[in-house]
Amino acid sequence: MTQVSMTVNGKSATGTVEGRTLLSSFLRDTLELTGTHVGCDTSQCGACVVHVNGVAVKSCTMLAAEADGAEVATIEGQANADGSLNVIQQAFQDHHGLQCGFCTPGMVMSAAALLKDNPKPTEAEVREYLEGNICRCTGYHNIVKAIMAASGQDVAIAAE
Amino acid sequence: MPKDGGIGASSKRREDVRFLTGAGNYTDDINLRGQAYVHFLRSDIAHGTITNIDTAAASAMPGVVRIFTGADFQAVGGLPCGWQITDRFGEAMKEPRHPVLADGKVRHVGEPICAVVADTLEQARDAAEAIVVDIDELPAVVDMAKALTADSPKVHDDLSDNMCYDWGFVEENKEAVEEAFRNAAHVTTCELTNNRLVANPMEPRVALGDYDRSSDNSTLYTTSQNPHVIRLLMGAFVLGIPEHKLRVVAPDVGGGFGTKIFHYAEEALCTFAAKALNRPVKWTSTRSEAFVSDAHGRDHVTTIELALDADNNFTAVRTSTLANMGAYLSTFAPSVPTWLHGTLMAGNYKTPLVYVNVRAVFTNTVPVDAYRGAGRPEATFQLERVIDKAARELGVDPIALRRQNFVSEFPYQTPVAVAYDSGDFHRLMDKLEAQADFEGFAARRAKSEAEGKLRGLGINCFIEACGIAPSNLVGQLGARAGLYESATVRVNATGGLVVMTGSHSHGQGHETAFPQVIAEMIGIDESMIEIVHGDTANTPMGMGTYGSRSIAVGGSAMVRATEKIINKAKKIAAHLMEASESDIELKDGAFSVAGTDKSVAWGDVTLAAYVPHNYPLEDIEPGLEETAFYDPSNFTYPAGAYACEVEVDKETGAVTIAKFTTADDFGNVINPMIVDGQVHGGLVQGIGQALMENAAYDENGQLLSASYMDYAMPRASDVPMFTVDHSNGTPCTHNPLGVKGCGEAGAIGSPPTVVNAVVDALQSGGHKVDHVDMPVSPARVWAAMQG
Repeated sequence: MTQVSMTVNGKSATGTVEGRTLLSSFLRDTLELTGTHVGCDTSQCGACVVHVNGVAVKSCTMLAAEADGAEVATIEGQANADGSLNVIQQAFQDHHGLQCGFCTPGMVMSAAALLKDNPKPTEAEVREYLEGNICRCTGYHNIVKAIMAASGQDVAIAAE
Repeated sequence: MPKDGGIGASSKRREDVRFLTGAGNYTDDINLRGQAYVHFLRSDIAHGTITNIDTAAASAMPGVVRIFTGADFQAVGGLPCGWQITDRFGEAMKEPRHPVLADGKVRHVGEPICAVVADTLEQARDAAEAIVVDIDELPAVVDMAKALTADSPKVHDDLSDNMCYDWGFVEENKEAVEEAFRNAAHVTTCELTNNRLVANPMEPRVALGDYDRSSDNSTLYTTSQNPHVIRLLMGAFVLGIPEHKLRVVAPDVGGGFGTKIFHYAEEALCTFAAKALNRPVKWTSTRSEAFVSDAHGRDHVTTIELALDADNNFTAVRTSTLANMGAYLSTFAPSVPTWLHGTLMAGNYKTPLVYVNVRAVFTNTVPVDAYRGAGRPEATFQLERVIDKAARELGVDPIALRRQNFVSEFPYQTPVAVAYDSGDFHRLMDKLEAQADFEGFAARRAKSEAEGKLRGLGINCFIEACGIAPSNLVGQLGARAGLYESATVRVNATGGLVVMTGSHSHGQGHETAFPQVIAEMIGIDESMIEIVHGDTANTPMGMGTYGSRSIAVGGSAMVRATEKIINKAKKIAAHLMEASESDIELKDGAFSVAGTDKSVAWGDVTLAAYVPHNYPLEDIEPGLEETAFYDPSNFTYPAGAYACEVEVDKETGAVTIAKFTTADDFGNVINPMIVDGQVHGGLVQGIGQALMENAAYDENGQLLSASYMDYAMPRASDVPMFTVDHSNGTPCTHNPLGVKGCGEAGAIGSPPTVVNAVVDALQSGGHKVDHVDMPVSPARVWAAMQG
């Protein structure tokens, strides 16, 4: 068992983990931050995306011990200081970019990472970037719209 | 101008706030004090006899609490099947026992053999590796046609063969259909595979059993679309727990698509083990487990024939289908290829004679059951492929051929039992033609050609039977359940309402859409209405959410209960205003006396109901709470016309969806934003089936596509933006909201649209191709182009 310490959503967090404990398990089970979801076991679905030192990471592909000393951001820390939805979260609600909500935390975290690196992506760039995030409900249409809207752009489509 | 509240408004979803902030409450987010974890040791071979299970070493490993095997479940029932089919000779289907844990034999890869319960999940997994299971492997049968041969291995030794049933519909029409084919001017035949799929809701299944020793009550938290159905099936048929001693909770559920309707072994195991061990027991499926334990979908092989007269009128349809049941009968499996499929074989057309034959087959594969659309995608795919092929053979326009044969008068009694109450297929096609810009297709094709690509246009029309369903009818058809829905509306003293619905929301947005209906009825703000669902302890007996039934059946139950509330509130209002009840009108949240300026607010009436100081106690009881059960008199019949344009890469055979346009008839629409989203999602599931998804087995019964590395889930870059429309609805005539349901349309309508477009593209390139099996992969298209 190993002691790990990290900063999660701006607060220090410490726990004892096995060597094999994944960051996703540490967040969900030890810290009870259950907003980070696990939808597969081959690191494909992206429901578990968090930011580690500002970079989007699938938390099921990283050991908790590897995140020792890191700054971790999860969906629980994304809202504005007053508790209101941030720009990306609000765009997802405004454009119906979620249905069952299970993939949503990963989608929001990926979208945030995308827009940080590329504040005005094209529709094609958004779709390409979401390669590692699977949604089974929305058909992606409204997720793409939401991310474009969060970047201050609109998606050209013939009709709604 | 769009409404900002009530029926027809695109109200933003209130559930989104918790999902967007990580505050959702999914089953795996629930942890109970002292809980143990279960890991299932599953069969890695498809067919064999278990000769020995040695758990001694595993039992001694750290943290192991108990290891359950099939021997522990001898005294309890098997997993029940909820629908009995009577075959065309009047005999009941074969119904083999479906044990909770393997009992003497394993019959598919993934079948649970042992359940290891330990203090931690890691300990349970480690211990499972120390269990020694000896299995004498037997030849497996995967192919349905082979399974029906005399020398095939038998999946169930106690059955005479691998045929579950041989069903004919309408059996009395068989001779007349054959006569029609003898007299046909033209017959078109298609041989089709409807590929096996895995539903893949993004949340894997979870079960958490709990037992309270003081009350002897059991609770199961589970990822279910219908907690009451699980309570009934598991309580009455498997574990022998009466419903009043069993609570089933399905909290936030991360997608269902059918595969979370069914009662699964893991639910029974966790409930059983919690009582046996007197501590909570939790199981969380991995995705790898989900692939070999969630019920699969589709998997039909069909020959369909269409007979036409000299004027191109459809005179008869005849089909012969093999439908895979897998190794055991999942909860509603037998109904899918029969009543949910045969009754749709008239489609949108006035074909007078239909005969459908379905042989359901046991194989050494994961059980197959309802997946989004369930039977109706299979029916639509066959019909719309054969019509498209007929149009090409006859050299007529595929839209004109469809229009010529459309049902155009409603109500319409089909030759396959169901009666369509409303619709307007020509108007849907008009809308589609206007929106899809068919005039511009030639120019788009030329542009694609210049880029080295073949462009094709595919059309499809479909109708569904949704809003499942009248109980007396489904009872006659073999359902072992009623299919009503329920709602309790509880009005509080200060005027707010809580609706306890038997419907279940796992992405559909009931918490937003249901209040819109009540807000409209009473004239109060949507925020005054709260929806409670998913817990048998605080909702009336409900049948749950599937078959696009929530708003049509569950919403109707809520309307009926609210009508009772309003009727009683009017009595109270009449008393308060000393007026005649018949003169009371409810508008904008206030009761008024017709023809006067007397008025009393909704909140004053609700307060009077609970503080009955000035109240007609001699006539009515205090309080304001009503329950209604709604049993529909018919199915609803959503319909649509879809168009798809594809580009086929001449070098690689890769297919790209270039444009997809829909015109749907959902009847009246409560929340257009949510309905659009349901269509988008359905389209991509159907496009996934058409282009990339496939649950492929090898001949030994090994599932080859058992992870997201191998099973191709559609990604964002696989699909375009869609143009969807549902503005031409014809209201359902028999439910109070005039709604038809929208959940399955996209998945039903899109696969044949895509394949028709691919065939059109290939033919435009001079390739003599009249069909490509789904998934229409680059390899298949490339092979087709090589002739």
